Amino acid sequence: MNIHEYQAKAILRNFGIPVPEGHVVYNGNAARDWARRLGDGPWAVKAQIHAGGRGKGGGVKIAKTADEVKKFAREMFGMTLVTHQTGPEGKVVKRVLIEKACNIADEFYISLLVDRTTDKVTFMASAEGGMDIEEVAAKTPEKLFFEAVDPTLGMTAFQARKIAFKLGFAMPQVKQAVPLFMNLYKAFVEADCSMLEINPLVLTKEGELLCLDAKLNFDENALFRHVRIRDLRDYDEEDAMEIEASQYDLSYIALDGNIGCLVNGAGLAMATMDIIKHTGGEPANFLDVGGGATIERVTEAFKIILSDKKVEGILVNIFGGIMKCDVIATGVIEAAKQVGVKVPLVVRLEGTNVALGKKMLAESGLNIVSADGMADAAEKIVKAVKAAKG
Amino acid sequence: MSILIDKNTKVITQGITGATGLFHAQGARDYGTLMVGGVTPGKGGTSIDGFPIFDTVEEAVKVTGASASVIYVPPIGAADAILEAVDAGIELVICITEGVPVLDMVKVREYMKGTKSRLVGPNCPGVITPGQCKIGIMPGYIHKPGPVGVVSRSGTLTYEAVWQLTTRDIGQTTCVGIGGDPVNGTDFVDCLKMFEADPETKAVIMIGEIGGDAEEQAAKFARDHMTKPVAAFIAGATAPAGKRMGHAGAIISGGKGDAASKKAFLRECGISVADSPADMAVALLKIWQP
Repeated sequence: MNIHEYQAKAILRNFGIPVPEGHVVYNGNAARDWARRLGDGPWAVKAQIHAGGRGKGGGVKIAKTADEVKKFAREMFGMTLVTHQTGPEGKVVKRVLIEKACNIADEFYISLLVDRTTDKVTFMASAEGGMDIEEVAAKTPEKLFFEAVDPTLGMTAFQARKIAFKLGFAMPQVKQAVPLFMNLYKAFVEADCSMLEINPLVLTKEGELLCLDAKLNFDENALFRHVRIRDLRDYDEEDAMEIEASQYDLSYIALDGNIGCLVNGAGLAMATMDIIKHTGGEPANFLDVGGGATIERVTEAFKIILSDKKVEGILVNIFGGIMKCDVIATGVIEAAKQVGVKVPLVVRLEGTNVALGKKMLAESGLNIVSADGMADAAEKIVKAVKAAKG
Repeated sequence: MSILIDKNTKVITQGITGATGLFHAQGARDYGTLMVGGVTPGKGGTSIDGFPIFDTVEEAVKVTGASASVIYVPPIGAADAILEAVDAGIELVICITEGVPVLDMVKVREYMKGTKSRLVGPNCPGVITPGQCKIGIMPGYIHKPGPVGVVSRSGTLTYEAVWQLTTRDIGQTTCVGIGGDPVNGTDFVDCLKMFEADPETKAVIMIGEIGGDAEEQAAKFARDHMTKPVAAFIAGATAPAGKRMGHAGAIISGGKGDAASKKAFLRECGISVADSPADMAVALLKIWQP
C-alpha cells in the first residue's frame, strides 16, 4: 500500500527524522495561510499524488511570496499530472503540500527494502541523489552502497557510519547521519514497510541533513497490526475495480486486452494470461479468486470482470486444490444468472469434484463451452472472441 | 526413494482445529500419510476426528515422535508457529499459510540459522511424494509415483505441470511447492540439490515466476552441478512492470526479473524452457525420455 508524501513525512517525523516543516492543504487560500504560518519564504508547493517524477510534470514549484504559493497551488488543484509512473491517463491532484524551501548544497539517495537474496532488510545509499536510482544501478553500480541489517541487532551505529563515510560526509554530517539512518531502519521495521525511499536526502548550505522527499510502501500482509497506517489509504489513487475486488479478497489487476480471466492461484492466473497471449489473444485482467473462495466471491469476481466494457469473452481456468470445482461451477452459474453473460464463456475445470462441476455447468442451461486443458481453453476463447467480432 | 518425505514420515498439524487445518489433515490421512496428531493451544488432551491434540509442539513431538509439521495457522500467528516447530526440533516444517508479513519471515530465517530444521513455504501448497505421503493442500489423485521431481513457486500451476505428466503416464518422485513469497524457507537450488542426490529422480521440472533472481540461481546450479535434465516454465510474460500479481514475490522492478530475460538465461544454462504453460511436460520430453 502506498501513501502520500506528506503522510510519509509525518510518520518519519515521529521517529525523530529531520523533514522540512510543512502542511497539506486542499485549497488556494489555505495554501497561502499556511505559507505565512510556516514563516518566511521561499516555499515549495508540491502536488500530492501516488507517483514519482512530479517535478517534470509541473507538480513541484518554488514560490517566493505567499500569494505565489496560492497561485501555484490553485493551478495544481484539479490538474491531471502525467509522469513516467502514473501511466498515460495521469492522476488528478486533490491535495497539495506547502513546505519551507531549503538551500540545497548536495543531494543523496537512501532506501531500505527487503532483499530476497539475503532475506534481510537492506540499506541502500548513493551520492547520486535526485536521480532515477534504476538508472544509477544500471549505469554506475559502483556508486551504490549496501548494508544488510541483522534482524536481531537492527541497524548498528557502525553500519550507519560506514554508509555516511562512503557518501563522503564530513564529521559533523556523519554525526547527524548515524541517528538519522538508524531511525530510518526503525521506522521501516516498526511500520512494516516494504520500501522506504528518501530521494533526495539533502545537505543544506547551513550544514543540515534533511529528507526532502519521502516515499513509503507498506506490506499489505502486515496492515492488520497497523490500523492507523491502514486509515491513510487514499482510494482516489487506486483503480476503482481493484478496490472493489480487494473487498472480496480477490486479487484483480486490469490490463488492456479483451479476454477476461478468472483463475485460482496467482501463478496459474499469470500462466493463463500468458497462454492467451501465446494463442494470439490479449488478456483483459489478472484475477486470482484465491484458495478459499466462496460462492459469493466467485460471483463478485464475475461481476468485476464483466463490468470492464472491453471484455469480449471470458476464460475460467480452475485447477482445484483447496477449491472444489462444484463451488466454482455454482459461482459461475449464479453470476451468469445475476449479471447476464452476453459474451462467449469458456470454462476449464480440473481437480477435486471435476465431474460434478462439469455436470452442473452442462445442466445449467447456459451457453458455456467446456474445455479440456489450458491449450484447448485458450484456443476456444480466442476463436470465440474473433468469431463474435465477425 | 524420494526427497524430504516418504511413507515413514510422521506429521503433526499446527492449527488442526481450524476448518482448513482439519479438512486437509483428514485429506492427508485418507491419502495414507501418517498424520499423528495436532496442536492447538488450550485444547491439549482432547481429540478431533481421531487426531490427538496437544497444547505445544514440544509435547506433540515427545508423544508422537513426529518429524514433520504442517502449519495452517492464520497469518497473525504463522511465524510464531514456525518458530515453535523449529524450537521443538521438527526437521521439516511446511507452512501453508498465505499472507505472512515479510518482516516476520526475515526474523524466522535468522532464527533458523544453525538449526537442523528445514522450512518449506510459507504461502505454498506443500510437499507430496506420490503414493507415500502428502503434506499440504494439493489434490492427491492427480499425482502418480514415478521418476520426475517437480519444484514450483506457484500452487495451482504445479498441479497443472503434474497433471501434464500424469496424463502422459509419467509419475513423480516428489513435488515441492516452495511458495511465492519474497522471503521463504526452501528455494529452487535446495530442491535441485536434493533431486540430483536422489537416485530415483531422473529428471526435474521447475516452475518459476517473474521477480527476483531465484530462477537464475537455480539455472546456474543446474548448469554447474547437475547431471539430470531440467525443464522449466516461467509465469508472467504478460505481466506489466511494477504491478503486484497476487504473489508478493512476483514484482518486476528495474528491468530485472522479467520473464523474457529469465527464459533466455535458463536456455543459456541448458534448461528446456516451455513458452506455453500447456507445454511443460512437452518441454521435458524434448530432452528426456522415461
